[in-house]
Amino acid sequence: MTFTRIEIVAIAGLLLVGIFGPILFPAYTFQIAVLWLMILFAQTWDAMGGQMGYNSLGNIFFFGVGMYICSVTQIGLFYDVGVYTAAFGADDAKFTDTQYFLGLAAGLLFAGFGSALIAALIGWTVFGLRGPYFAIGTLGIALAAGELLGAWEWVGGGGGIALPVYPGSGDGKSNFFYILCFLSAVATFVFLKWLFSTRFGLAVNAIRDDEDKAEAMGVHTLRHKTVAWSVSAFFLGISGGLFGNMTGFIEPLEVAFPTITFGIFMVAMSLLGGTGTLWGPVLGAILFHVIKETTWTYFLGWQWIALGVIIIVNIVFFQQGIMGWLKEKRPAWFGIEVEEAEVERAS
Amino acid sequence: MIDNISLLTLAPILNVQLILDGLFIGAIFALAAYGLALVWGVMNVKNLAQGEFVIMGGYFAWYMGSLGIHPIFALPVAVIVMFGFGWIVYVVIISRVVGKDMFTSLLATFGLAIVIQQALNLAFGPEVQIAESGFGTGSFFDGNVTIAYIKLVSFAICCLLAILVVLFMKKSRMGQAIRATSQDARAAKVMGIDTEKVYAFTYGLNAAICGAAGVMISMIWVIQPFYGVPHSIRSFVIVVAAGLGNLPGVIAAALGLGVAEQYGGFVFGAELQQATVVGLLLVVLIWRQLQMRRQRQAVQ
Repeated sequence: MTFTRIEIVAIAGLLLVGIFGPILFPAYTFQIAVLWLMILFAQTWDAMGGQMGYNSLGNIFFFGVGMYICSVTQIGLFYDVGVYTAAFGADDAKFTDTQYFLGLAAGLLFAGFGSALIAALIGWTVFGLRGPYFAIGTLGIALAAGELLGAWEWVGGGGGIALPVYPGSGDGKSNFFYILCFLSAVATFVFLKWLFSTRFGLAVNAIRDDEDKAEAMGVHTLRHKTVAWSVSAFFLGISGGLFGNMTGFIEPLEVAFPTITFGIFMVAMSLLGGTGTLWGPVLGAILFHVIKETTWTYFLGWQWIALGVIIIVNIVFFQQGIMGWLKEKRPAWFGIEVEEAEVERAS
Repeated sequence: MIDNISLLTLAPILNVQLILDGLFIGAIFALAAYGLALVWGVMNVKNLAQGEFVIMGGYFAWYMGSLGIHPIFALPVAVIVMFGFGWIVYVVIISRVVGKDMFTSLLATFGLAIVIQQALNLAFGPEVQIAESGFGTGSFFDGNVTIAYIKLVSFAICCLLAILVVLFMKKSRMGQAIRATSQDARAAKVMGIDTEKVYAFTYGLNAAICGAAGVMISMIWVIQPFYGVPHSIRSFVIVVAAGLGNLPGVIAAALGLGVAEQYGGFVFGAELQQATVVGLLLVVLIWRQLQMRRQRQAVQ
């Protein structure tokens, strides 16, 4: 892992925002925490869509799966889940401090590994689908999961689950989960940065460029695809568990499997920033989150139309994204040397 | 669930009801799916806004019904207006997507779908609407099977539209140009066909067919700004199952899907009817993949 000078500046800036953001603007702690999750979403999507060329529309599936695994673990370690969800958290189900933190730690761990395992299991069927079939198939999986969990009474059905209450003050809770969100986003970034600097990254990029040729060159494509998807699923599962606990209440359609909100945001953010790059999703997520919060605040009612228009304009007119555009304009920043004559000919 | 299955075997007459309902609704699915297959086959654009076009057509019927005009007269209006709308959408968005990689068209039309949904929501509100046709309901087999006459009317209109579209594609000059372009766009261009115009016309035709389907949906079923997504998924299920450029296959798959959905809703309960559709999508995709895997092995 090597960093260029610009990268170091950007990382320092992000860390400063991450550490001092909630201290300076305590009212926006939740929003900044969601921003970190958005960065995580965009990065995990790009590990699949941008780096490997498998554009999934249903990665949000693992977010929801992680959320449910985490919640069920948190409750199931100490109570009967069916009884708890039937009573809607209203009975005397109390969690002591140790129970809460133990449950949360175990829940997040299970959420990550459980999602990764499920990704590996469904991977061998889903990865036979290519191009648009893969996109539609994954969209179908996410939609089906929402509908099915809505009919499963044991985990609360359409009514959802009220999660254990954080032992402590409201500020304490938001700071606690802020730190966890921040750490998981940083961990995702570092891990993906490392992963795509190894041979694995090269193999995955080869799959994107030409899968059949990669296979002919001896790359075990299915194994690489499954591992990449499991990595995405691992971090998404953890983020799902965190988000569920941050909101304190989960339900299948709007919170756990929000296919047309978060599920599409992660695609839009990666495309906005530039797919297939490490920094593109980060930039895209920050920009998108800021635009989204602004339109949500000032154009209430029109925000969704604005979102759709952003997606269309982005995909139709600005497909290379911010990073692709920068690469064209400032190749030196990416360590690409352009000869003078070439520049003159281009201009 | 077991109770419902045994109920079907004890009272076979219920099957008749389910199958008839399925066929009536499936005929409408066939229209929208044919439009998707057309656009997909001719310009290789996967239109995820298909269901939204259907719902838009439905709102024409509902709006005219609320003005006191019989919703069936919305059919020509919806067809003409949606044709123009489709043409404009093609010029503004789709023309820039044709020929790019396939995910681009999928995502661009998804953005379009979001815009249409939300615009309808702002214009008409999120309530579930139905266009009252005022036709009666007939009962058969001692009242065990009830059929609203409007379903028969819509079935007849669907058949008529299907025949018209087929005749158009076979006989008219534009239809022939569309088929030529779908076979080989470059050769068609060499032969002097304005492919750009053909694409625009095809997309407009697709929107018009969807609009007509929507008029029928609003009369025999319900419409709501966000009910478009299941319709899009249905179209994809049908087209993926039937393959492109296979009209009899599309009709058979659509009728089959309509019946399967009615059975799914009856056996698993109405709240899982949508899950049935999505589940069928996954089944069709996996089945297709297994088939392709066999093909690949045969090549090896």
